[in-house]
Amino acid sequence: MDTLLEMKNIKKYFGEVKANDGIDLDIQRGEIHAILGENGAGKTTLMNILYGLYHPDQGEILIKGEEVQISNPKVALHLGIGMVHQHFMLVPPFTVAENISIGLEGQKLYKLDLVDIEDRVRELSQKYGLEVDPKAKVSQLSVGVQQRVEIIKVLYRGAEILVLDEPTAVLTPQEVKELFIVLKNFVVDGGTVIFISHKLKEIMEITDRVTVLRNGTKISTVHTKDTSEKELARMMVGKEVLLKYEKVETKKFEKVLSLKDVYCKNVKGLSAVNGVSFDVYGGEILGIAGVDGNGQKELADVISGINEIDSGEISLNGQNLNELSPYERICIGLGYVPDDRRGVGLLTPFSISMNLAIKHISQQPYKKYGLLNHAYIEQNAKEIIAEYQVKTPSGQVPVSNLSGGNQQKVLLAREISCQPQALVISQPTRGLDIGAMEFIHKTLFRKKSDGTAILLISSDLDEILEVSDRVLVIYEGTIMGEFIPGLIPIEEIGLMMAGVVKKER
Amino acid sequence: MMGLNVSLFSLLFLSGWIASSIRLMTILLLGSLGAVFTARSGITNIGIEGMMLMGSFVAVWGSYTFGNPWIGVLLGGMAGALVGLILGVLSISVGSNQVVSGTIINLFALGLTSFLSAVAFGTSAPSQVPSLGIVPVPLLSKIPFFGPILFQHGLLTYFAVCLVPVVWWIMYKTPTGIIIRAVGEQPEAADTLGISVPLVRYSCVLVSGFLSGIGGAFLSLGQLSVFMENMIAGKGYIALAALVLGKWSPWGVLGSSFLFGAADALQLRIQSMGLLDIPVEFLQMLPYVAAMVALAGFIGKAAPPASMGKPYIKSR
Ligand SMILES: Nc1ncnc2c1ncn2[C@@H]1O[C@H](COP(=O)(O)OP(=O)(O)OP(=O)(O)O)[C@@H](O)[C@H]1O
Ligand SMILES: [Mg+2]
Repeated sequence: MDTLLEMKNIKKYFGEVKANDGIDLDIQRGEIHAILGENGAGKTTLMNILYGLYHPDQGEILIKGEEVQISNPKVALHLGIGMVHQHFMLVPPFTVAENISIGLEGQKLYKLDLVDIEDRVRELSQKYGLEVDPKAKVSQLSVGVQQRVEIIKVLYRGAEILVLDEPTAVLTPQEVKELFIVLKNFVVDGGTVIFISHKLKEIMEITDRVTVLRNGTKISTVHTKDTSEKELARMMVGKEVLLKYEKVETKKFEKVLSLKDVYCKNVKGLSAVNGVSFDVYGGEILGIAGVDGNGQKELADVISGINEIDSGEISLNGQNLNELSPYERICIGLGYVPDDRRGVGLLTPFSISMNLAIKHISQQPYKKYGLLNHAYIEQNAKEIIAEYQVKTPSGQVPVSNLSGGNQQKVLLAREISCQPQALVISQPTRGLDIGAMEFIHKTLFRKKSDGTAILLISSDLDEILEVSDRVLVIYEGTIMGEFIPGLIPIEEIGLMMAGVVKKER
Repeated sequence: MMGLNVSLFSLLFLSGWIASSIRLMTILLLGSLGAVFTARSGITNIGIEGMMLMGSFVAVWGSYTFGNPWIGVLLGGMAGALVGLILGVLSISVGSNQVVSGTIINLFALGLTSFLSAVAFGTSAPSQVPSLGIVPVPLLSKIPFFGPILFQHGLLTYFAVCLVPVVWWIMYKTPTGIIIRAVGEQPEAADTLGISVPLVRYSCVLVSGFLSGIGGAFLSLGQLSVFMENMIAGKGYIALAALVLGKWSPWGVLGSSFLFGAADALQLRIQSMGLLDIPVEFLQMLPYVAAMVALAGFIGKAAPPASMGKPYIKSR
C-alpha cells in the first residue's frame, strides 16, 4: 500500500473539552476514506487541524512519510490538501470567479485577471462534471451549486487530497449522486478523498475504508467491504442502535393547525406557495416531502409569521393567525424549528442558557424584579442539557462553540420545552448523527403522544417515511398528492416529488 | 446693464463657492477614502477624528521643527497611522467594541494634542510655521472660469482627487482589493484560503490613519497654518458620514465629500457676506444638517460590508 498521509497521536483540547484526544489516522493514496462519529466526536476539529485552521496541542502530521508543520491553510493548500467545510466558506456578493481568485498565488499584483480564471473554471467544470457559471453571483446559487464552487475552489489550487465535511447533508438525492460521480472521477484521476458523513448508506456505497471516532478518540479503522451499517453504528455510538423503530400509534385528537388555500411569495418576490391547504390534527405527524427549494421554507415561514401571507387563511385551534405577529403566534401555542439554525434559529454568540431562555425572557420566572433571573436560567439550562444530552461543559458556553448536531439539539429543546400545541419543524435532523437522530425522532413521538400536532418538513425522504403518519408531497409550491407511508411504491413518490404525477386527494 | 451685473455677480459667487468647496472637501475626502479601506476590510472606524487631530498637530510641529511643511505632512500622516495602529490593537487584536474604542481614541487624541501643543509651543501658538501653498497647474489654471475653480489648489487637494480612481482600481480591479473585500464580507472564507485576517485589517487601519493624518495636516498647514485645540471640530465625523452616504465606495465618497464641503463653503460665504441675519452658530450647523438629511434620505438600499464592526478572533 501507498500511504499518503498520516496523523499521529493528535490532541486538541478546547478548555475542558477534549475534542481530539490522541487520534491516529492514515490515508492511502487513491482511496475514499470516511470519517464517522457522533456529533461532537471531533471530526471537524481533526480535519481543521489537517487543514491548518487549528494547531494541535500535540501530535504530528506526515505526508509521504515526511513530517510537516501545517501552520495555516496556505501551507495545507501547498501540500495539496483542500477542504470543503461543513458551513460553506464563500463570499456571497462575489462572483464564482472572484471567490476563486481570493488570495490565489501567481496573480498580477496590479490587475485581477478574471477572464483567465473563468476559463480555467470552465475547464475544471468540464473535466469533473461540476457544472457552474463562473460569472454567476454566489448569493444567487443554490446550495448544491455553491458546493460545486467550493470543490472547484480547492481543485483550482491543485488539491490532491480533498476533504469534504458532511457534503451531502444539504444536497438532494440527485445532487448526491452527481457528487459521487465527481468524487469517483477525482479518484480515477489520482486524487484521494476524505469524506465525513452521518449517512451510513452513503458510506457503504462510496468509501473504501472507514475510521470511526467517538468522544475525541479513534475506535477503529475498517475496510468498508468487511463491515456493515449495523456494525458501524455500534462502533460509533458504543452500544446497539436501532436503525429502524416502530412508529408510535396514538389516537387522533382535534384539528389543531389548519391552512386554507394559502399563497405567499419568497424573498425575491416570486410566488413560492401556491394555494396550499391541509389540516394537522393533534396527535399526528404530518410530513411534507419534496426536493429542497420547492416552497418548503416559505411554507414554514408563512405559518410561523415570518413571511407575509398573500391570501388564504391559517388558523390554530380555530383562531385565525393571519394578522398575528410571530411573537403572538408563539404565545398562543405555535412552535417553530427553522432549518437555518445558525441564521434564524439561534443567537450563536450567546450562551446556551440564554438561547434556551430567550423566548420567555420577559416572563416569570426567567425574570425577577425586572431583572434576569440568572439562577433560574442556568438551572433550567442545566436540566435541558441533561435531558437532551447536549455535549458541552456548561450552559455558559456560546452556542457557536457547539458542534453542528449539538446546536440543533439546543434549538429543538427550546421549541419543545414551551409545550406548543402545534409544532412546525423543518429539517430537524440535517447533519445529525444517528444517535441524535433517533433521539429527536423519539422526542417527536413523545410530543405526538401528548397530543401535539406536528408538521414535519424534510427533504430526507427516509426520515419522512419513517416518522410521519401521513405525507404530503410538495412541488413548486403546490401539493402534488397525499399518501400513507408504506402504502404506495417509492417510485410513485419520486414521480410526485419531480412534479410528473399529480394525485388527486 | 443691471441684469449683466447680477449675472456676473452670481457667476463670481458660484466660482468662488465651488473653489472653496473643493478646498474644504479635501480633508473629508482624505478621511473618507482612508475609511473606505477600513470599512471594506470590516472595521467600523470611528477614530478618523482623532487621526486627523493628531495629524494636524504633528504636522505643525514637524513643519515648525524641521522648517519644511512637507516633512510636517509626512510626520502628520505617520502620526495618524500610529493612531490607526492603536485602533487596530483595540478592535482587531483585543476585539473590543469598535464604536467605543474609536470614541475613546478621539477623546484621547483631543487631550493629548492639547497637552503636547502646550508643551511644544507654550501658551501662545507659533504665529509662523512654514505652510503649504497653492500650486496652480500650468496652462490649465488659465482656462477661464474653470481654471481657477479646478486648478488652483494645494498639492494635497490634487493628490486626494487623484487618489479616488487609484483606490477604486485597488478595491475592484486587483487581487489585493478582492482580499480586502473578502475579509470585510466573510472573514472565515478568507481565513480558509490562508489569508491572515488581522494582517489585512491592520494594513487597512494604517492606510486609513495615514490618509486621515494627511487630511489633518492639510487643515493645519494648508488652510490655517496654525494648530489650535480641537481644530478638526467634527470633520472626522463628517468624513464618516461621507463614507456611509458614499456607500463605502471611492467614487461615492468623492461625491459625498464634495457635498459636505459645499455645505460648509456655503455657510462660510453667507457668514462673511453678512447678508442674512442668522446667528453664526446656526450657519455652522449647516454641514451637519446636510449630513443628517443626506443620511436619512439618500442611503437607499446599499448594504455595508457584511462583517463591518465585527471582531474576528479565532482560537487556533
Ligand atoms: N472553537 C471551539 N471552541 C470550543 N470548543 C470547540 C470548538 N470547536 C469545537 N469545539 C468542541 O469540540 C468538540 C468536537 O467538535 P467537532 O466540531 O470537531 O465535532 P464533529 O465531530 O465535527 O461534530 P458534528 O457531526 O456535529 O459536526 C465539540 O464538543 C465541540 O463543542
Ligand atoms: Mg462537524
